Amino acid sequence: MSIRVVKTQSEFEGEISEEIALVQGKDLKAWGAAADLSIVGKRHPRIDGIARVTGRAMYTQDLYLPGMLHVRLLRSPYPRAQVQRIDASRALALPGVRAVLHRFNAPKAPFRGEDTIFREEVRFVGDEVAAVAADREETAAEAVRLIDVDYEVLPFVVDLEEAMDEGAPRIEANGNVSESGKYERGDVTRAFASANTVVEQTYRTSTQLHNSLETHGAVATWDGDELVVHESTQHVFGVRAGLQNALKIPFSSIRVICDYMGGGFGSKGGAGKYTIIAALFARQLGAPVRCILTRDEENVAAGNRSATVQKIRIAAARKRIVAIEHLSWSNSGQGKWVANPPGPTNGLYDIPNVRTRSYRVVTNMGFLASFRAPGYVEGTFALDQSIDELALRIGLDPLELRRKHAGRMTDPQTGKRYSLKRLAQCYDIGATEIGWQHRRPEGLRGSAPHRRRGYGMASQLWGGSGLPPAYATVHLNPDGTVVVRSGTQDIGTGTRTVLAQVVAEELGVTLKDVRVEIGDTNDQYAPISAGSLTVASLTPAVRLAAADARSQLLDVAAGLLEVRASELRVQGGSVISHGRRTPLGEILKQVDNYTVVGKGSRFPNPEDVSLKTFGAHFVQLEVDVRTGEVFVEHVVAVHDIGRVVNPLLAASQVEGGVIQGLGFVLSEERVVDRPTGRVVNGNLEGYKVPTVRDVPKITVRFIDDPDTKANNVGAKGLGEPPIIPLPAAVANAVANAIGVRVRTAPITRARVLEALALRR
Amino acid sequence: MAKAPDFVGPGALDVSFTVNGDGVRVHVPPHRTLLDTLRETLGLTGAKRVCDEGNCGACTVLVDGTPVYSCMTLAVACAGQVIETVEGLASNGELHPVQRAFIDHDAYQCGFCTPGQIMSCVALLRRDPSPSADDVMRAVSGNLCRCGAYPNIVNAALGAAKKRTKR
Repeated sequence: MSIRVVKTQSEFEGEISEEIALVQGKDLKAWGAAADLSIVGKRHPRIDGIARVTGRAMYTQDLYLPGMLHVRLLRSPYPRAQVQRIDASRALALPGVRAVLHRFNAPKAPFRGEDTIFREEVRFVGDEVAAVAADREETAAEAVRLIDVDYEVLPFVVDLEEAMDEGAPRIEANGNVSESGKYERGDVTRAFASANTVVEQTYRTSTQLHNSLETHGAVATWDGDELVVHESTQHVFGVRAGLQNALKIPFSSIRVICDYMGGGFGSKGGAGKYTIIAALFARQLGAPVRCILTRDEENVAAGNRSATVQKIRIAAARKRIVAIEHLSWSNSGQGKWVANPPGPTNGLYDIPNVRTRSYRVVTNMGFLASFRAPGYVEGTFALDQSIDELALRIGLDPLELRRKHAGRMTDPQTGKRYSLKRLAQCYDIGATEIGWQHRRPEGLRGSAPHRRRGYGMASQLWGGSGLPPAYATVHLNPDGTVVVRSGTQDIGTGTRTVLAQVVAEELGVTLKDVRVEIGDTNDQYAPISAGSLTVASLTPAVRLAAADARSQLLDVAAGLLEVRASELRVQGGSVISHGRRTPLGEILKQVDNYTVVGKGSRFPNPEDVSLKTFGAHFVQLEVDVRTGEVFVEHVVAVHDIGRVVNPLLAASQVEGGVIQGLGFVLSEERVVDRPTGRVVNGNLEGYKVPTVRDVPKITVRFIDDPDTKANNVGAKGLGEPPIIPLPAAVANAVANAIGVRVRTAPITRARVLEALALRR
Repeated sequence: MAKAPDFVGPGALDVSFTVNGDGVRVHVPPHRTLLDTLRETLGLTGAKRVCDEGNCGACTVLVDGTPVYSCMTLAVACAGQVIETVEGLASNGELHPVQRAFIDHDAYQCGFCTPGQIMSCVALLRRDPSPSADDVMRAVSGNLCRCGAYPNIVNAALGAAKKRTKR
């Protein structure tokens, strides 16, 4: 079959990009709601479960190669300084130290738009100054302390709102603040002028740290002319591109592998400086080199979710929302971009007049990195609180107000019809499950005299359509077993299992006969495992690959059985011919060692419809008005994500998103010492991620309606949706409980008590 | 069983203990943790290094049946003791009931905290074959899971207990 080139537009985390997809033949007809599926849509435990529970799953951190050297990094103690002199002689004299790299001796290696790994001007506490390779990690750590550096300390600013101030030190030539996003529809000025009610408030969110349990890291081996890098990453091909750019070596000489990885949540999107440093040392020293960040390093130099300050003006007339203005400033640290918190304001509700602006603010802090629904968590926290504030002012139930603006089947941003939208149904289910009828505008008495009870909810909008290019192959072995190969990743979502389900279903084999090999650039390209796009990008491609393999298998079987291929089908691992079952292995063994290889590629998304995911979270909680503590009792999470390929794994995904959202809104906050620019809680003691004790009852519901316009499986993404509405729903419930609103996340006890005190 | 000596070092020394039923002898400096010894010297990489300072529980192993943070335990302090890691739970190709339950209940996502969670649950079930949900939460309250698999971790431990009691 010849290859066709298709140009297409795709959405990734709210950004539209042009993609080129190579496709062959015709796409398969989508499995509809009535399709008779026996494996897809069923609860299957993960196919790689045994590796995970026995400790056999190999993570990058678990790789110990013979003769391997260990790297530790010297990081800047100053938020901004000129590195004037480095003397590594004391470090090099330490037995076991093999080499030291820094800006005066490191080979040129371009990285993210800069021409070197080690900056002349370090720009945050934790910026890389030098790297030591040694026989043992503890030796490298000791050597780092023996490197002498002369710094000239420069003026700096670390706080978002201080950096926005006119008098703040300018840390970029064009100023600290730049516009990064802009959207407008209708006539906002006129709508505000003629509105009956206007609410204007400022919301703030804190810097959230990913704290993936496996820190960022790489193990590099330079064997002959091939560089092999094992890395804990969400995108092996992104790491390959970063290595090629830095080292100027051909793709044929680079192989990147990620077998198992211990979480990323958006932060592991490509090569890091640690990757390049490991590769440089491996080439220089002719040994495998391991560079794995410590927990402290992870929390200063491996990304974060930007703190924001957001101003919303929202107006009502005749009990409807007529206009909204949403302005947002994000602390990008030393990042080169920012997410777009007003994204949900632009597209979630059908509001006629909308104006949003997003600004990037640079500071002398570590760079931001995508963090599960970047911008949308922060933006929804502000947007869905402003809706509740307006509803209270105009005397409407906040759910009723949302319903007025959530029913239209047309995307207000593009004017295109949604392929599918079940937001109203999400509201119905959520309201019933939480018992919304118990909610009172003034809140309720809690389970004790000093406790108040409240209900809150919020809506979720996200893309999740998936995108091309994504390619896969399905290998049918002579014994009837199957191997699926694609250069995608499993970041904890269950990629292997879901791909195996789709292949087993399409090919007609049992799930236990399917193995999935992923995370290797020697296989076909697959996109980054981020943006909720793995399932919706990969499952249609593997389904096509399975169909191609089946078609070839039937040609082989027809020849051997001396019947026409059209008289055959495959079911349960056997070829069925006129009621007679022959196991695949028995057929294929006749042709000795021939492996059937099926190829599949992701077709473009339809461009005449808007592909989105929707959802709603409902929260019931109590607040202790003496201590300010928030006790979340029940969360109902309802999501509209097209077909659910595996309800068991999907529910895990939602529970995880809810729990991370609880951390964001109740306990997680990076604390920075402003005079020194140091993160004072860059560890798992001072930085409070949720523990098992912080988990409320969580009810998970899916609409589970296949989106047959989206792709041939009818599935959309679920990675991000379950964290998006939770913080706003909790904030709304707190406000309902205590009658006063805390507009800053996290809603700590101190902030609750402060809000209560100010009211009195 | 030999008691760990009160004073050792400063140089490396031989230490003997039992790991997953096998007697081993390692040559380690006094400051080397049990975690690093298991991972680097003995090739048992199931226990993970996440915080390396006793905050997260990903390195949990059993020492004489008690769950400990192996990043906070010195190898030399384990002389003569019985150490169990996640690699030793399955026997004759049969998964431990807790391992089986973690698979059936999908009690993990990325899996990085899983070995530690499992060891904490195994120790609990040995102590108390039919724990309450609250007991399970207490047992794993020192094991962080960033993916948020907590509800299923609790369900898995309760499920494993139920199956065992039935037998």
